[in-house]
Amino acid sequence: MGTGLLLALLLLPLLGSLGVAFLKHDDLLAKRVTLGVTLLELVLAVLAFTAYSPGGARIQFASSVDWISQVGVHISFGVDGIALVMIGVIALLVPIVVLAGWADKLPQGRSAAGFLSLVLVQEALMVGVFAATDVFLFYVLFEIMLIPMYFLIGGYGGARRQYAAVKFFLYSFLGGLIMLASAIGCYALAADKLGKGTFDWATLVQVVHDAPLETQIWLFFGFFIAFAIKAPLVPLHTWLPDAAEQAPVGIAVILVGVLDKVGTFGFLRYNLPMFPDASKALAPLVMVLGVLGVLYGSLLATGQRDLKRFIAYVSIAHFGFIAIGIFAFTAQAQVGAVSYMVNHSLATGMLILVIGMVIARGGSTSIADYGGMAKLTPLLGGMFLIAGLSTLSLPGTNSFVSEFLVLLGSFPTQPVAAVLATIGMILAALYVLWLYQRIMQGPVRGTALVGISGGPGSATDPEKAKVLDLSGREIAVLAPLVALIVLLGVYPKPVLDVVNPSVTATLTSVGAAVPAAAQEGK
Amino acid sequence: MQEQFLAQAQQQVNAPDIAYGAIAPVLIVLGFACLSVLVEAFVAKERRWGLQIGVAAAAIVLAGASLAAFISSNDAAGGPTGKTGVTTLAGAVSVDKPALFLWGTLLALGVLALLLIADRTVGGDMQTEVFPLFLFALGGMMVFCAANNLLTMFIALEVLSLPLYLMCGLARKRRLISQEAAVKYFLLGAFASAFFLYGLALLYGYAGSVKLADIATAAVGTDRSDTLLFGGLGLLVVGLLFKGSVGPFHTWTPDVYQGAPTSVTAFMAACTKVAAFGGILRVLTVAFQSTQWEWRGVLWGVAIASMAIGAIFGLTQTDVKRMIAYSSVAHAGFLLVGAIAMNTDGLSSTLFYLLAYGFTTIASFGVISLVRSGSGEATDLSQWAGLAKRSPLLAGVFTFLLLALAGIPLTSGFIGKFVVFSAALRDGMAPLVVIALVFSAVAAFFYLRVVVLMYFSEPAEDGPTVSVPGAFTTVAITLGTFVTLLLGVLPGFVLNWASSGGFLS
Repeated sequence: MGTGLLLALLLLPLLGSLGVAFLKHDDLLAKRVTLGVTLLELVLAVLAFTAYSPGGARIQFASSVDWISQVGVHISFGVDGIALVMIGVIALLVPIVVLAGWADKLPQGRSAAGFLSLVLVQEALMVGVFAATDVFLFYVLFEIMLIPMYFLIGGYGGARRQYAAVKFFLYSFLGGLIMLASAIGCYALAADKLGKGTFDWATLVQVVHDAPLETQIWLFFGFFIAFAIKAPLVPLHTWLPDAAEQAPVGIAVILVGVLDKVGTFGFLRYNLPMFPDASKALAPLVMVLGVLGVLYGSLLATGQRDLKRFIAYVSIAHFGFIAIGIFAFTAQAQVGAVSYMVNHSLATGMLILVIGMVIARGGSTSIADYGGMAKLTPLLGGMFLIAGLSTLSLPGTNSFVSEFLVLLGSFPTQPVAAVLATIGMILAALYVLWLYQRIMQGPVRGTALVGISGGPGSATDPEKAKVLDLSGREIAVLAPLVALIVLLGVYPKPVLDVVNPSVTATLTSVGAAVPAAAQEGK
Repeated sequence: MQEQFLAQAQQQVNAPDIAYGAIAPVLIVLGFACLSVLVEAFVAKERRWGLQIGVAAAAIVLAGASLAAFISSNDAAGGPTGKTGVTTLAGAVSVDKPALFLWGTLLALGVLALLLIADRTVGGDMQTEVFPLFLFALGGMMVFCAANNLLTMFIALEVLSLPLYLMCGLARKRRLISQEAAVKYFLLGAFASAFFLYGLALLYGYAGSVKLADIATAAVGTDRSDTLLFGGLGLLVVGLLFKGSVGPFHTWTPDVYQGAPTSVTAFMAACTKVAAFGGILRVLTVAFQSTQWEWRGVLWGVAIASMAIGAIFGLTQTDVKRMIAYSSVAHAGFLLVGAIAMNTDGLSSTLFYLLAYGFTTIASFGVISLVRSGSGEATDLSQWAGLAKRSPLLAGVFTFLLLALAGIPLTSGFIGKFVVFSAALRDGMAPLVVIALVFSAVAAFFYLRVVVLMYFSEPAEDGPTVSVPGAFTTVAITLGTFVTLLLGVLPGFVLNWASSGGFLS
């Protein structure tokens, strides 16, 4: 049942994209079909959650066939709790993104069908990358995943989209190639030890995890660089602000919400179990990069003038937190990090969507062009505030639980990093609230709004304003996210329960002691 | 001294045994080449074109059939030599597993190249002389891959090179640039041949024999002069690297690729590379394996230089054919990485890479030949802007081929890189592999640039037209693209063939 579900999750969007690709002449039908497919995918994901038994095997729903037997490559899929929640996030975000982009105008000469079939291919590949349990297959999907994203950014993005798309592609491609070198290195180790090489993840973990420290460190870096580019850690982050700025809003959600999580997921699935000694030896380095990311991202977010770049830097700060949580080697911190991966997708995803709605009304991405918008669009203002509060981890919202767990869990092992990262929480309040204040509060001002309202005079008279508040469709887009943000804020157990055993298994394979306190989370 | 020679002359010369079955493919190709010359001489002009295509096609098909027949009988024979192949013509030609694989590759690529050459609907600017020249070149390449002594190798080198020089100058529309390419190729090629010959002479002085196996024997623990050995090896390898357009011996490549008629460029780019690397693999493995620690460092440097030159200069090109030329220099660097991994994986992975690269390249040139403006092919990259809007299918196919050249997964280019690099890594060349991977990423940039141009740029006002391909070109592009995809998804069976056996000395 579970195996079939997982394969269906993989194939459904792929088939859907084939179908949608033929609907070039009927945009509305293409949109409807896509929405249907993605909603069906969501249903499948929910079913998969119910079929998954958190206390069961490390990798569930497993299936495998030989692909290139000469070099021990298989097509094998399976999920652990971490992969499963990420697949859940994908299945949730994609229909939201499709709905959010319903009324977007595409560049001249491009059809909705092309865009949507790329989105569906992207969805299938993202599910695949989280579900792959063969290192070679993972690499293949990791690289292939870049191609639809490249076309989505480059074909449908903003003014400097070509530059952003190529930069995004090259960064990730280079990272992937370095990872490939490491993967081949692991394969060679396996070939020496077992007589025949393999790329099967579980076997490789067995073979590689007790390799000499020096070997481990080299191999660790291959994977680490690829993932550090993906999940952008400072100083490998420079592609993200450009990509997030130039991508269409919905694509930015997928990019930041899901694609970047492949990096942090990779740390957990590949770096820690395969190279435990190297991971422990290099944890201080990751701490430095994590803290740097938190502080640098927060500061740059505070100083941003562009709304979309703002989000990119917020994400960089949050990825710093996640990295700290993962490499703190306590169950609390890691559970926090994994749930942060989910909650960041929800919170930042919603923030991007809201900001996209702001931009759609004002036609400008510059923060200075807005002011007092909540007077014109009170509902949108409220949504902006909710997304912002979740982003700054206000207690009662989902992110608070994660951030708190990360800091609490990393303090015993990495006190300095934990203390420094706490500064990031304070800065988060600064950049979010200040942004909210500038855009939403005060008198209506700024060329984007006043221009629309019909001249400076209308600014004092909101009655005349023509800036519309949220439409029914937009409310439908945001409502599920609001619901989840609040729900997971007060009752995070569903996510934590699924994640906990997988984290414990990861930590066991690293050989880190699981502090007793961490067991409370169960 | 003189008496010695006289004494030798008195000896009876025994005709060597010839395994006709084994070398039948070469004999057929060369025989049909002679036939093709006769056709050229005696058949009326208006009927020549069709007849020549028939002759060339028959040559390749019959050669392929005899190759298949030999392989199946060889496999069935079993036994010590049956499985690995035979050495014939007094040890001058060694028909072993790699040679058979390379012959198969050359014939398959030859079919595609012939299809492009034969299509008059788009190109059609060549005389019928191209067909005999094509067959002679192909025959020379086949001998070159199987040559087991240096003299045979040299003759094969000339047999494959001379027709190629001529073929480069055959364009009737853009005569000047075509003839310039031919002269350049000829002059530089003559230099390279001279290097090869000089190296051969030094090695003969060293080992007292031109047989690869004798050189190998001589190189194992003797007190002969190392200067002769390494001087000879260096000069010989320079000649070989030139043919494989490995940087820094690549200087002819961009000009010749640009100037030659596109179908000839396709043939040259794919098949010459196969032949040259077949030769490099054989020489290094059979003759110089025991001294690998002496020369491998140098070839590391050459491989790095080639990858760097190809990847970096490729970035600055504005002509699509020159860009593919620099790409081929970069690929030569990757191939060399596999060729100097002195293990069985290195051999099989390089063979696989050659096959994969050949198909992708020919299909790419097929696509290039279709994009035309009033004055001929529109090879300037700026003219390709917005091509996807006008002909999405062509742009899609070309994007796929470019991704294959860049080595993106699910294409044969990726599998080729993967097997080559893993062979090199297993032979302890981790730093070289990392460098190669970095240059793969750099090279990916210029392939992407073309994709960006085709998809994301506005079409130029006076943009080129995409001509409707003739049936031949369509078949060639389709086959090349299909093989690129097939080897990317299911490479298993070809990997099996490529790794079925080593060189026979």
